[in-house]
Amino acid sequence: MDEIQRPLEAGEAGGDGPVVEVRDVHYSVHGRVIFKGLTLSAAKGKITAVMGPSGTGKTTLLRLMTAQIEADAGVINVFGRDVAQMGSQDVFAMRRRMGMLFQNSALLSDLDVFENVAFPLREHTDLTEPLIRNLVLSKLNAVGLRGAAELMPTELSGGMSRRVALARAVVMDPEVLIYDEPFVGLDPIALGMILRLIQQLNQALGITSIVVSHDVAELASIAHHSYLMADGRIVAAGTPAELARSDSPIVSQFMSGKPDGPVPFHYPAPDIVTQLLAGEGA
Amino acid sequence: MNGVLSFSLVAEALARLGRMTLFLLQLLVQCARALARPNLVVAQIYNAGGRSLVIIMLSGLFTGMVLALLGFNLLQRFGSQEALGFAAALALIKELGPVLTALLFAGRAGTALTSEIGLMNATDQLTAMKMMAVDPLRYVAAPRFLGGVIAMPLLTAIFDAVGLFGAHTIGVRMMGVDNGSFWSQMQASVGLNDVMEGVTKSLVFGFVCSLIAVYEGYHAEPTAEGVGLATTRTVVASSVLILLLDYMLIAAFL
Repeated sequence: MDEIQRPLEAGEAGGDGPVVEVRDVHYSVHGRVIFKGLTLSAAKGKITAVMGPSGTGKTTLLRLMTAQIEADAGVINVFGRDVAQMGSQDVFAMRRRMGMLFQNSALLSDLDVFENVAFPLREHTDLTEPLIRNLVLSKLNAVGLRGAAELMPTELSGGMSRRVALARAVVMDPEVLIYDEPFVGLDPIALGMILRLIQQLNQALGITSIVVSHDVAELASIAHHSYLMADGRIVAAGTPAELARSDSPIVSQFMSGKPDGPVPFHYPAPDIVTQLLAGEGA
Repeated sequence: MNGVLSFSLVAEALARLGRMTLFLLQLLVQCARALARPNLVVAQIYNAGGRSLVIIMLSGLFTGMVLALLGFNLLQRFGSQEALGFAAALALIKELGPVLTALLFAGRAGTALTSEIGLMNATDQLTAMKMMAVDPLRYVAAPRFLGGVIAMPLLTAIFDAVGLFGAHTIGVRMMGVDNGSFWSQMQASVGLNDVMEGVTKSLVFGFVCSLIAVYEGYHAEPTAEGVGLATTRTVVASSVLILLLDYMLIAAFL
């Protein structure tokens, strides 16, 4: 890893040290290696972007960070504690300090928008009904959907669902917000709104944000620190500007969106001429 | 080769039984907590029971009518057609009511439960709950399981009542069996033990059908095909187990 290709150190970029720290993590599924020595960290109060081509394990990384699955080797520290050493109660306590925005929003289909946002409050607090109402409406107002409080999830567009999910993710005032592909399938207006909301939540509330995505331009506009994942590890790290200046072939291919390069366009296959001729003889 | 295949099938069946037992233990722990939120359970009693009412009542009515027709034809040969009420009541309360209700429940409410939970899993709703530090076993699985267990005896009672109405309509109004004999023979011959046998069966079937439906939904592969397969497994496993347990319970009550 060269000078810009290093994980963030404690105190760097004005933060108070990493809230999430992944060290030398290895992970395989059914014999397929997903990570082989992955190392990265997310500084407190900053927006950290994790980028990479599709299928590199970005969502798997989030599942490891949130203790949904367990790494084969390596250490994942969240809020200073190793998630592998946590019991189920500790994991739930950790998750109460986190919020997560899912790629497909994951709104509860049998509850309306208001109840979806109120869900964590009803489950974890003894707040009175008027207080819950005020909190939910203020969060919905922040994402511009106060007027949609009575709609069911099936009545929402993709962008609206994402914003409701964001309101639900922040209703408990989490210390860390994790975004899984927040820009996928959004029109430019909805995308701009989500970008602005991520930035506002970070600036106004100081929420540590980890954004996993392959949308380079969008991430570059908001991230304080970026990682590029490929081949089961971090291949580049630094500020978006540093990554953009990198002359590494893989970084250059990803940042400029070239179809072929170190990350091949073709899935591994036999030579096409050989394969076609073999078909003719059959 | 066949021996290896048989061994692996038995091993897989045992492993599945073990997983289901562990799931049941976790579920029972969460049931105690779910009971503290009765509105969730009541909503699921409505989902599993209330929405099955029409199919249960229609099936009960036709079953009673068929029983009366066949019963009258058979009893008439021995000159004892007045015992029709007793025969229909015994058949409905002890056997047909619990078994047919359970089979219908597995086909309607069981599949609905499995596909609902399976789709919640496929759309990350269960993961979202876990990420909000809410155990989906408590919020999703336990209320649905309890709803099914409570709904089954109620549905069976309704099936029996409507079935008796059907038998009475055909036997008394169409076949001319004496109304007084129909009810008095039933009252004199059907005992509490018979009713308890029916209630026990419906409780056992409710427990088994709900457990299978919730388990299969919770462990369905999060794809369209996976949810479809899980739904099929729910119907097949429930139906076979209902008939197997029916035999065992009849033997136990004899």
